[in-house]
Amino acid sequence: MSIAIEVIGAQKRFRGGAGLFGRAREVRAVDGVSFSLQTGGVLGIVGESGCGKSTLARMILGLMPASGGSILVDGQDLSSMDRRARARLIQPVFQDPYSSLNPRQSVEEIVGLPLAAQGDVPTAQRRARVREMLARVGLGPDHAARQPSQLSGGQRQRVAIARALVLRPRIVVCDEPTSALDVSVQAQILNLLAELRAELGLTYLFISHNLAVVEHIATEVAVMYLGRFVEQAPTADLFRAPAHPYTRALLASVLTPEPGAPIPDVGLGDTYPDPANIPSGCRFHPRCKLAQPGCALHDPAEILRDGRRVACVLAAA
Amino acid sequence: MTVLEISDLYVRFGEILAVRGISLTIERGQTHCLVGESGCGKSVTALATMGLLARGGVRTATRLQFQGADIAALDETAMSRLRGDKMAMIFQEPMTSLNPAYTVGSQMAEVLRRHRRLSRRAALGRAAELLARVGITAPGLRLGQFPHQLSGGLRQRVMIAMALLCDPELLIADEPTTALDVTVQAQILRLLQELQRELGLALLLITHDLGIVARMAHRVSVMYAGEIVESGPVADVFLRPTHPYTRGLLDCIPVPGKVAPGAPLGSIPGVVPRIRAGFAGCGFRDRCAQAVTDCAMGTPLQQASADHAYLCRLPREWTRDVA
Repeated sequence: MSIAIEVIGAQKRFRGGAGLFGRAREVRAVDGVSFSLQTGGVLGIVGESGCGKSTLARMILGLMPASGGSILVDGQDLSSMDRRARARLIQPVFQDPYSSLNPRQSVEEIVGLPLAAQGDVPTAQRRARVREMLARVGLGPDHAARQPSQLSGGQRQRVAIARALVLRPRIVVCDEPTSALDVSVQAQILNLLAELRAELGLTYLFISHNLAVVEHIATEVAVMYLGRFVEQAPTADLFRAPAHPYTRALLASVLTPEPGAPIPDVGLGDTYPDPANIPSGCRFHPRCKLAQPGCALHDPAEILRDGRRVACVLAAA
Repeated sequence: MTVLEISDLYVRFGEILAVRGISLTIERGQTHCLVGESGCGKSVTALATMGLLARGGVRTATRLQFQGADIAALDETAMSRLRGDKMAMIFQEPMTSLNPAYTVGSQMAEVLRRHRRLSRRAALGRAAELLARVGITAPGLRLGQFPHQLSGGLRQRVMIAMALLCDPELLIADEPTTALDVTVQAQILRLLQELQRELGLALLLITHDLGIVARMAHRVSVMYAGEIVESGPVADVFLRPTHPYTRGLLDCIPVPGKVAPGAPLGSIPGVVPRIRAGFAGCGFRDRCAQAVTDCAMGTPLQQASADHAYLCRLPREWTRDVA
């Protein structure tokens, strides 16, 4: 098995203005993330808003330069690759198909654009590949001439997937791809993504705040908190035995449809994480019910065991 | 005691029928969930009940009663006296329903000055009391802040506090936690349950999330294309779903541990139809695997059990037998 993506100590810092007289604050959106993902795998990344998951996705897509660390895609350093080479390897599917598709273009133009941008695909061949890709995502030739406004949300997301796959990339970064969709349409899109992965041997980075969706599609899951991975494990292991207190709180917050079951007390308190003001020691300690005096002082080392990584002193025992 | 009773409510926008003859009741201290996908008419039902339909929306109903009194005939002045007083509503995105130019305190005080004619001082006192009640620490500080200075969860708490200012009997909450993180969502839902127990609120909760319905509702009504296609006590509807749409919806949602790795989720093919005047037959028939020719004719409301009804011509044994 080859490694599709390798991320080593990736960082992204933003200089945040703090008003007229305040000191400029530095936001550490991604604060030292490392992982590698095997070809054909699906890494689900979960966490609350502001944890840095979308920033990480944008860096891996090359849409945003990293402030530190390195990102290797298919063994090559992303920063040394030109835009066309990158586009042949890695492609995005974003959350909102209403804003990620050009409203003035036809479906055919939208899906054909990555091919046109490569500059070396003849028009006739381009047309054939677009039609083939549309058929593959479940859209008929009659959809090709339409504009996004004439399509439903689910159809638009199919167009976005066709555009992502038309260059036959190795890796697709899906950032909340079903969050704007209704549940019946979400199921269609998740099934389609699963089929395409099996058929085309794709690797997915799948970012979502919906843990149930991630449990369904991912082969492994990383839990992100204030710019770091606090736990990463094969999906079944993570859901069966979450090791980090934050992972446990996130899993507790999943509302499965069991009539009469209570709304869980997630136990995270009222403090809200702020990436401009990352706590000392373990960054989760102000919200952790199990925090010990040392947690505020020492950043916990990552513990590796049975294919699981967890950054918590309690997991060492 | 019945707080809200709606019978045969219709809402049309020009040629489009958004709500088609729905009926529901909510009792004091109970939660009735309206669940369905976008465009099914659940939000329009709430807005029609509050008399807040957008221009061009026409409402008719054979009965629209709040605490036993007819509110269908009330004019705008009378209705606006009721809104924010005994009938309150909270929306999905608190950032768009709070005024960004005024502090939390002045927005809350405004409600009390208008409905209760309280002095500014007394109004701010009551506002601080309610902020504390919804779990906001340092209410005095928050009263002086603007909405953009608060996190999403805090804003939604402020909205809830604002809705409770005049001791409402009925609270309509339209996707109150959809814009929030799951961790904050749980806190807000627990708060709503607590307030309900304490104040005896009747809650009409509108959501697309079946997990929220399962845990919050006493009764649930499933909406599709402007109609309630199934309704009953929440356990009956979830454990013995009878309408093919309800069954399909429950199969669509990923539940950790339920679907084997690699197995596809259930899905409902096709898209929701737009219902125009003159539409006849079952609105779901084009997407229904069990549809028969007669589904193009009227759909009868059948009882699945004494308190559990579904809008479909198929016998309940049929719809439930399909794996």
